[in-house]
Amino acid sequence: MKSPIITLQDISKSFGNVYALDGVSLQVKAGEVVGLIGDNGAGKSTLIKILAGVYTPDSGAIRLKDQPVTDWNASRSRQSGIETVFQDRALVVQQTIVRNIFMGRETAGSSASLLSRLGFIDHKSQYAEAERLMRDIGFTSEVFTPDSIVGTLSGGERQGVAIARALYFDAELIILDEPTTALSLTETEKVFSFVRNVKASGRSVVFIGHNIYHVFGIADRFVVLDRGKVVLECTKEDYQTPEELIGFMQQVAQSEGGTPSGSSEE
Amino acid sequence: MAKTMTSITSTSLFIRRNKASLSTLFFLVVMMTCFLIANPKVFTNAAIYNAVFITLPVAIFLVVPLVFTVTGGEIDLSFPSNMAMASWVFSLLIQKGMPPVLGLIVAIGVGMGIGVIIGLIVVYGHLSSLVCTLGFNFFLRGFIMILTEGRSITVLEVQDGLFHNVLAGTFLGLPAQMGWALLFTLICVLVFNRHCYGVRVRCVGDNPQSAEQMGINVNRVRISFFIFVGLGASLAGVFSVLINFSWWPTTGDGYLLTALASVFVGGTPTWGGVGTVVGGALGATIVSFMETGVVAAGLTGFYVQFFKGLIIILSLLAHRYSSKRYR
Repeated sequence: MKSPIITLQDISKSFGNVYALDGVSLQVKAGEVVGLIGDNGAGKSTLIKILAGVYTPDSGAIRLKDQPVTDWNASRSRQSGIETVFQDRALVVQQTIVRNIFMGRETAGSSASLLSRLGFIDHKSQYAEAERLMRDIGFTSEVFTPDSIVGTLSGGERQGVAIARALYFDAELIILDEPTTALSLTETEKVFSFVRNVKASGRSVVFIGHNIYHVFGIADRFVVLDRGKVVLECTKEDYQTPEELIGFMQQVAQSEGGTPSGSSEE
Repeated sequence: MAKTMTSITSTSLFIRRNKASLSTLFFLVVMMTCFLIANPKVFTNAAIYNAVFITLPVAIFLVVPLVFTVTGGEIDLSFPSNMAMASWVFSLLIQKGMPPVLGLIVAIGVGMGIGVIIGLIVVYGHLSSLVCTLGFNFFLRGFIMILTEGRSITVLEVQDGLFHNVLAGTFLGLPAQMGWALLFTLICVLVFNRHCYGVRVRCVGDNPQSAEQMGINVNRVRISFFIFVGLGASLAGVFSVLINFSWWPTTGDGYLLTALASVFVGGTPTWGGVGTVVGGALGATIVSFMETGVVAAGLTGFYVQFFKGLIIILSLLAHRYSSKRYR
């Protein structure tokens, strides 16, 4: 039995009188890839932002390695080894690639000199680290350097910067929110091989997508969200093809007309 | 061969990274050349430079923190009144016989304290910093006017004292305050470019949602802008009192628009995320020389505003073409 990295228990979150999440529980264990599926407005991104500490839940509990946590925020989440590639990529496009990779952890990678303890940044070592990272994830272009402005990069390259950032800090859990949206086929394949590498190194991934074929190929386990609730948790043994999973989701979508769920996104 | 190649690329990199401040410097040189041609006699004499250097530091203490604020995507228009508040407290304490060093510390505390209050109200009240700080500018000025009934304070006590001579005396034939303003600018340049605070200011100004998602405490950074402006305003106020040996209830009033203009003349754009501290200090220099230079060049004082406006418009156009906004 693998140990859980993070456990969400009975999480609810509402915005105004709209329930985005209604009593959702989710556990991510070491070394597994969890595929989080659901239609638009199912609550996927809200759940991710709670994992990432951007949102605080209205109710419910968060446990890190079976220890209850309080004061959950984005900084805490990253310190606990959770890195997130957000759907909007969370980049600052007028800044350099180095600045983006180290955003929020600006003094990371510095030597333990007096200046770095005072909060000054060791640009040289960060530049070298960023260069190595970019090579690792397959940035082979000669056109840009770690000092290039992110605003000059293409969509796929920007996604690469966001992924490189998630990779740098040796996270135990990497969350990818719709990482293949608006990417070309080769770029999508790159993201998949990245996920496989992360898994091979014993780390965990939560992969969010609405393309079930993408998610099915990559995940060990699936969690299906619908209108703020978990409607299915299964493995590939339960549903052996993506078509079966799609069939289930269509059933869920149709049953909604007959059984009011008590919460509405509209 | 390879060595020259790297030195060429590093020079072009330097130019690319410092485009805004370099074009501001270019602007300053062009303007000074025009003055020099217009009246060589006055502009080859040190007197005119000394005259500008006496009051330029006050502007620099105001402009440099404003560069941080504008880069962070906010604006603070309360600094003229904050400057008056802090220097008012300073003058009163000196009159009561308090050592000037303690007076300075209390004045800084007042300036930063007002910044804390404004920052908390703007951030947690979800207010527009433009309108809220404009309100505070009137409010604090009104508060001063009510309590002083418009009376000024003479602070002759500091004359010839060590405190005055070190901060605002003469050093190597130059006004000592110029050295303090340069030191202040230098520290701020290092903080802006090399310290994690400076980087966070840019990230918050660039995209606050991204900064928040990456664990930066955006509210804390935003509050710090107003505290920093308060620090600059209090220093500007104390130096203004030391230079003039007196405090007026209108202290700082004339700086509102010129200090703001200096930020933008210096090459910091209005949209946040990027900025230049050196450019801001140079912008303040341009505006200060403009005021003195137009008259010294032989024109009447009626031309000052005309040329000031012209310079602001021209420099904005120049920066518009030299800098691109990435989205």
